[in-house]
Amino acid sequence: MRPNGSAIRLEHVSKAFGALPVLRDVSFEVKPGQAFCILGRSGTGKSVTLKHIMGLLQPDAGRIFVENEEITRLTGAALGRVRQRMGFLFQNAALFDSITVGENVAFPMRRHTRLSDEEIHGRATRKLADVGLERDFEKMPADLSGGMRKRAGLARAMALDPSILLVDEPSAGLDPITSSEIDDLLLTRKRQGTTLVVVTHNIPSARTLADELMLLHEGRIAAQGTVAELEGSSHDLVRAFMRSESGG
Amino acid sequence: MYQWLQTTGEGAITILAWVGRYAIFCGRALRDLMRPPYEGGELARQMYEIGWRSVPLIASSGFAIGVVLSMHTRASLERFGAEAMIPAGLAIALIRETGPLTAGLLMSGRVGAGIGAELGAMQVTEQIDALEASAVDSFKFLAVTRILACVLSLPLLTVVMDFAGMLGGFLAEHAITNMSFALYFTRAFSLVEFQDFIPATLKTAVFGFIIGSVASFLGFETRGGTEGVGQASTRSVVLASLFLIAGNVVLVRLIFFLFPVAPS
Repeated sequence: MRPNGSAIRLEHVSKAFGALPVLRDVSFEVKPGQAFCILGRSGTGKSVTLKHIMGLLQPDAGRIFVENEEITRLTGAALGRVRQRMGFLFQNAALFDSITVGENVAFPMRRHTRLSDEEIHGRATRKLADVGLERDFEKMPADLSGGMRKRAGLARAMALDPSILLVDEPSAGLDPITSSEIDDLLLTRKRQGTTLVVVTHNIPSARTLADELMLLHEGRIAAQGTVAELEGSSHDLVRAFMRSESGG
Repeated sequence: MYQWLQTTGEGAITILAWVGRYAIFCGRALRDLMRPPYEGGELARQMYEIGWRSVPLIASSGFAIGVVLSMHTRASLERFGAEAMIPAGLAIALIRETGPLTAGLLMSGRVGAGIGAELGAMQVTEQIDALEASAVDSFKFLAVTRILACVLSLPLLTVVMDFAGMLGGFLAEHAITNMSFALYFTRAFSLVEFQDFIPATLKTAVFGFIIGSVASFLGFETRGGTEGVGQASTRSVVLASLFLIAGNVVLVRLIFFLFPVAPS
């Protein structure tokens, strides 16, 4: 059965690292243009879920669909084509530290487009301007602060204008103002029609961004719904999580 | 006794698993060497980093080894009144064994540590995942290009080491006997044959594969933050050097088998 009308769909996904189960029978769907936040305490499988969606990890069981293509069956160039439709902002940005910030943003364009050097430079500069870093093109990643690195990582994730953006802990380690700036950038992408899947501990951030939330607990889905639905939940863990400011 | 058996058994399984993973890694590298895309830009960058930037180390080491070998050879041959054989003896020693092996060991130190640490750091900071997320085959982009750069660079660097060693030997001999450049090199190459130079130099391509593959493999397998990066770097040097020395025994035996007329 090929699911229709979903940007991302996980069906009964399970994953263990050695004897340690990390995801247990996880199923959910994200609709195109939706912002979907995955919440949960540390070590509950949130980042692992994102890496499965990008095809960086293979599930032990279950299937994953990205825009109706089952990526669990794909390898090599076919998987690469699906990945080009997605952007991934890593928790620590994961900028390539041997090249400049600008070249980090230009990298996906150099690999996957036939644009001239001039056009790539112009586009990379505009992507950096979108996140307020247009003056930092020639800087090395090591010369940026944590917040600037994250914004540069977001610019790189958006380099090919992907239809899906996967974001791992956008506010981790950032001050509230910078965190709010990152949320604003993500909201802008959402308004432009990008599907967002955001892993976060930060409840205020999730309230701002999310159309739908999912709470993972010990590798299982403990709750799923809108902000209002989760706030009204009778589940102690869900209520405790939604009441917290940092989420655990 | 049971405890000892269990510990030994677990150790053996760990080693066998490691060997298996390394063999699969090498097999994949050999397969991907033949398949497009060939990542020419990254290969050129690695040739520069691994090959060209090693030239000062290789040339200066070769020069010093040539001087020392010349002094030792003179001390030995003087006893038999065979000083005229010094250039040829030095040339054969350098070209057949000292040059290739020393170049290999120097490169396993410089390049093995560098690749292990660089890829290890990329692994623990998720840069390798970021490459994959950018729809780039990280294995091909990072490992295959470095292995190929090592394979192509080592024979060229060995020639540099041989030449620098000969030059060092000449200067040492010239300082003592005032021997001319032309006479030294005429005598040096009087006994060197095709079978001495080509197989010994080409075997360093295998050394290059060993250095590149061991260091890349350990870099990709790095876990555990900065401590893991340090371990990957150290293990790259130690294991690449060990494998290289062990591989040299096999290759020398193979060369003698394939070129039986070569003078021993």
